[in-house]
Order: sequence, then structure tokens, then C-alpha cells
Amino acid sequence: MNDQRRGLLRAAGALAALLAAGLLKPIAAFAASWNKDAFGAKSAADALKSLGASQPVASKDVVIEAPQIAENGAVVPIEITSTVPGTTSIAVLIDKNPFPLVGKFDFMEGALPFVKVNVKMGESSDVRVVATAGGKHYVATREIKVTIGGCGG
Amino acid sequence: MAAGPMKMRATLLGGVTDVRVLMSHPMETGQRKGPDGQLVPLHFIQNVTVKVNGKTVVEGQISQAISRNPVFSFRIKGGAKGDKIEVSWLDNKGETNKTETAVA
Repeated sequence: MNDQRRGLLRAAGALAALLAAGLLKPIAAFAASWNKDAFGAKSAADALKSLGASQPVASKDVVIEAPQIAENGAVVPIEITSTVPGTTSIAVLIDKNPFPLVGKFDFMEGALPFVKVNVKMGESSDVRVVATAGGKHYVATREIKVTIGGCGG
Repeated sequence: MAAGPMKMRATLLGGVTDVRVLMSHPMETGQRKGPDGQLVPLHFIQNVTVKVNGKTVVEGQISQAISRNPVFSFRIKGGAKGDKIEVSWLDNKGETNKTETAVA
């Protein structure tokens, strides 16, 4: 019996050590998913494949508002809207960033397929926005030139 | 640096609720060198959630390529003055923060 107790204590100690080392993360307060494969992809094509949107159709109904030339790559304002009816999701990719996928937004319950945010760009690149509506994927592409990159230091 | 304050504004304009939210976060890319010449480890927001009156309307997954101290704009169709908007985020270190405001 005493042996069992020792064993348990040792196991508990090991668990605490793992937690301290950050190897086991406590489960976050709210259930959140993060597409590790898509965000870890090093090419836009791979990222799109991980998102299940490898063959998007070019569409004029996906609109990217962004400057043609961004002076500071650390802060590039982009505004995205999809007027494709029934758009449920929008993904943003910057082809030449080390990890092209910047974000994916799912819209429901009356949220409009719109997002405006500042992004970092390492160098001049095509920016791709993929909208998903009814299981189909639509894409718009736009080139943004960057004067000073925003990824290094 | 841990999570700083958040700021949010929600306004009803022409039948659309416009939500602007600022999050204080370093959004480290893991590629930048600190003053000691060592790479600053990855530290960035991964999930952003927008709720209206407790119902989720936008679920965003983002990468380290979002700028430091991110500012997001979202739009929600309809809505009424006084509706409760809640925005929360979760980063890769498990830190989280949220803020609430009423539609004006």
C-alpha cells in the first residue's frame, strides 16, 4: 500500500513538472480551435489545401481594400468584404509571408462577411482573400508593395 | 508582457452595427531579435470571438502576421441600441481577455 502511495506521488510530481515546463497546457477557458496545419503551411497553396479550399474561383464579388504601396510593412491596413450571397467564411493569405495564412473568420447569426484589420507583410506580395459560400470558394487577389518589411527586427 | 486593456466601440449606423475593437498584445512573430540578440519567442493571439447578447456571430482564427495591438472592425446586420457586444481573445500561451460594451 505504501508502495502505491509513493508511485502516485511520483506520478503527480512528474505531472507538475510537465505543467511547469509548459509541455502540457491547461485547457483554455473557452473551446477554441486553431487550424495548426493551415497556419503552419509555408505556401499559400498548402494553406488553402489545409483549409479545404484548394481550387477557388476568381470572383469580383470579393473585394480587398488596401493601399497599393504600404510604407511600413508592420502595419498594412486591409479591409475585406464579400458580396457573394451566403458567405460564411473569409480567409486572408499573404503569399510571400513566411507563413502565408493570416486569418480565417467565420460569420454567423447576422454578422456581415466583412473584416478590417492591420497586417504585417515581410515584403511586397500578392494578398489573397478566399470567401466560402455554400461549399464553394471564391478568391480575389491584389498586389501590395511594401517599402519597409515588417517581419524582421 | 501580459494582456493589456482592451477598448471597444459599437455603433448602430443605417441598420448595421459597426464594432471596432482594440486589443493590447505584442503579437510577436518569433522572428524578431530582442535587445539581447536572442529571438523573441512567438506570442500571438490565435482566436478572436465576437458575441451579440451571448450569441457567437464571428469566430476568427488569426496568425502572428496580424499587427501589434490589433484593431479589428466587424459588422453585424441589424441590432438595437443597448445590445450587448462581447469580444474575447485567446493567445498561444493560454492568456485570454475580454471586453463588453452596449451598442450606442
